[in-house]
Amino acid sequence: MTITISHYLVLAAILFTLGIFGIFLNRKNVIIILMSIELMLLAVNINLVAFSVHLQDLVGQVFTMFVLTVAAAEVSIGLAILVVYNRVRGTIEVEDINLMKG
Amino acid sequence: MIIASLCFYLFAAVMIAAAVMVISARNPVHCVLFLILAFLNAAGLFVLMGAEFLGLILAIVYVGAVAVLFMFVVMMLDIDFTAIREGFLQYLPIGGAIGVVLMVELGFAVATIRSSEGTAAMPMPGGGEVGNTEALGRLIYTDYFYLFQAAGVILLIAMVGAIVLTLRRREGVRRQSIADQVGRRREESVEIRKVTPGSGI
Repeated sequence: MTITISHYLVLAAILFTLGIFGIFLNRKNVIIILMSIELMLLAVNINLVAFSVHLQDLVGQVFTMFVLTVAAAEVSIGLAILVVYNRVRGTIEVEDINLMKG
Repeated sequence: MIIASLCFYLFAAVMIAAAVMVISARNPVHCVLFLILAFLNAAGLFVLMGAEFLGLILAIVYVGAVAVLFMFVVMMLDIDFTAIREGFLQYLPIGGAIGVVLMVELGFAVATIRSSEGTAAMPMPGGGEVGNTEALGRLIYTDYFYLFQAAGVILLIAMVGAIVLTLRRREGVRRQSIADQVGRRREESVEIRKVTPGSGI
């Protein structure tokens, strides 16, 4: 029972689906939505590293590092916006964020 | 080999369980803790795959910085998390349907993968002559140097943006102004008066 790339791909697929599922399940709570996005990015990273090891190509790992960087930046900005929004409106429920009537 | 397989199944099982708890736990603090658990297991998987540098980076950056950031915000915001969870079951059917559809699609994609003997753009140094970290360093400081610098700029912009967004000056707070203190002059702070005895000022 040697572990092949398919195992990692199935694992990443399950993780990605759980992330999507989390976004739909917690439609009011922005913090959980951000965490679900983190889970999805983690699944993408697992895919990249699995293919990098499978194809013996280091570019996948370089790209994973950039994905990590962008994810960290996205989380910090998202949480900052969340804090400011909570200060202004006193709530973080996503369904109330309809000021622009989009 | 059998130990590596067992490690994979252990890490994978714990990670999936932690991910399920992230999206279903009642307390957001527990969500963050389970997110940390999921990332630690992912770091273990990375090390298992041979990407030690990325595994340790994942542990440091995510567990050390991002998860703490999440924890900080969850604890700082004064939010009634029980009221915010209303409608949890209402979204379950459509979310579950979309999840199942996506899962099936991804399953097809994984099932149809063929083991291709593609040509690697940057072949990994084999034979253990160079470690993973050193190989990665040789790559990002040469061929991907500008992208590496751009990643640094992205982080800088994110830091400046977060500070600018959350910085606020409160009214009515007396704060120390070093410049004013240093810029004081004798003429505007000391006044000499002649006091005649017995009369006061």
